[in-house]
Amino acid sequence: MESNNITSGQLKPRRILRRTIGGFVYGLFLLSVCVGIVGLLALLYEVLTTGLPWLNWQFITDYPSRHPEEAGLFSALMGTVWLMAMTAIFTVPVGVGAAIYLEEYAPRNLFTRIIEINVANLAGVPSIVYGLLGLALFVTWFELGRSILAGSMTLSLLVLPIVILASREAIRAVPDSYRQAAYAMGADQWQVIKGVVLPSALPGILTGTILAMSRAIGEAAPVIAISALVYLTFIPSHPMERFTVLPIQIYNWVARPQDEFRGLAAAGIIVLLVILLSMNAIAVFLRNKYQIRSEE
Amino acid sequence: MNSNNVMTGRTSPRRRKSAHFEGAIVKWIFFGCATLSILTTVAILVTLIYQASSFFFEVSLWEFLTGTRWTPILKPRAYGVLPLVSGTLLVTLIAAAVALPIGLMTAIFLSEYAPDKIRRIIKPILEILAGIPTVVYGYFALTFVTPLLQGIFDNLIIFNALSAGLVMGVMIIPMVSSLSEDAMMSVPRSLREAAYALGATRYEVSLRVIVPAALSGIIAAFILALSRAIGETMLVTIAAGATPRMSFDPMESIQTMTAYIVQLSLGEAPVGSLEYNTIFAVGLLLFFMTFVMNLLGFWVVRRFREVY
Repeated sequence: MESNNITSGQLKPRRILRRTIGGFVYGLFLLSVCVGIVGLLALLYEVLTTGLPWLNWQFITDYPSRHPEEAGLFSALMGTVWLMAMTAIFTVPVGVGAAIYLEEYAPRNLFTRIIEINVANLAGVPSIVYGLLGLALFVTWFELGRSILAGSMTLSLLVLPIVILASREAIRAVPDSYRQAAYAMGADQWQVIKGVVLPSALPGILTGTILAMSRAIGEAAPVIAISALVYLTFIPSHPMERFTVLPIQIYNWVARPQDEFRGLAAAGIIVLLVILLSMNAIAVFLRNKYQIRSEE
Repeated sequence: MNSNNVMTGRTSPRRRKSAHFEGAIVKWIFFGCATLSILTTVAILVTLIYQASSFFFEVSLWEFLTGTRWTPILKPRAYGVLPLVSGTLLVTLIAAAVALPIGLMTAIFLSEYAPDKIRRIIKPILEILAGIPTVVYGYFALTFVTPLLQGIFDNLIIFNALSAGLVMGVMIIPMVSSLSEDAMMSVPRSLREAAYALGATRYEVSLRVIVPAALSGIIAAFILALSRAIGETMLVTIAAGATPRMSFDPMESIQTMTAYIVQLSLGEAPVGSLEYNTIFAVGLLLFFMTFVMNLLGFWVVRRFREVY
């Protein structure tokens, strides 16, 4: 350090300089925080001002149409509901099962380590690659066609790492004293998991699952690879039918040059964001409720 | 619950045996669930390589990797992937120029400056930013940012790399900031206190003590965010155009690898045709690029972590 060379005469001006730099840097940090906030506000402003005039009940209950005034997103909305329900059915048992294995059963060996690295790595694979996997594996090889079933299996693989990571965290948060108490009562490992660990971890697992589903709802790329672009004027009635989802319908409208369709896209985005925000609100609510309980 | 029986010692041997059996089966089911994640990786590799190999029977790997023209649908057909790669890198570079400095500074602010109250406001805002679907960002880039930029640059066309890259930058700020913040938060308090005790100012502590100490985590955050940017799809499909071009001019329309896959998927190319297989060849390359970056990210964290 330079402190040896500093005499009292030199000290004062440097302090002022350092304070000035400090203030400048602080301003810079503050400004950079604002970039994200301003970006979000601008996005919401643009979407709301363009979309609100187009948003009405008819828009929700109508099918897509070439005439912007008559167009709606009912088939996309129902497709999203179908896809999410089936994705949840596939993902939750497998994701929670994998998390239980990794937290409660897995020995500390190379194979466990490989699974862990693999899960982390899968979370970083681009979503369109999952779309290609689903297209080749489910649509073509399993001959499921461009169906809801193929789409939901693809999305399940996509969100599985998220559910596994979240469930592991929830299971890890269950205090060891709970387990030891149950073992002391003579329960075996499966009874401990079934009767003690899972019930205590449930709110955390639920929160993680809701967040994973909200990620899946917004995904367009992998679903486009599965479903391609279809013009649907009916609601799917079983899992083998073709489908479209909200983000694809929005993309479809954005991609058209006419201004009216931009308005429709913005209105669709409002619907999508409302769904996402309510899911997030439920997740936050569950998390807070759970935190209060565990502090008692 | 069975525990009642266990307590009073009334469990019949047969019940205990069946419970034991159940436990063993359940364990194997859970093991199967965990193994499914490995099967997923294997399935990705196998399907991509299998489908891409029928492409590489007709187009040599060399031509694919070094060709500078990509016109798989139009005649004369050419299958050089470099224009798609350069488009991807261009958008990623623009996004990085926005997200890396701003994300890092946001993280420093949150970790070293912000009082708890402000943190509690800013963190959820960043989480919302991270949770917005990428289609929405594409809409935003096309209908808001591009017209705004056209007011500044006269020669900017509607679909351009600049607008897509800038918005993508904003999109990955939360990823950079939250991962970097985690790294800075795990720097022990004693380091900060020692630096303050020596008379360092807040920015000196932040930039000369905390950031170097958390560097491995920060670099990993950068790498993972860039890998995310490379794989990002809908935003670039909507806003960056569909013109494969070997150019690093951000004003022009380009096409990324991901956008090409979407473009071809929309058209429902006949299964098994050469066009259909091009998306798997491009997808395989994309998978390898992000895979290497993700591994690099994990490796940096493990290799260069300061142990306290």
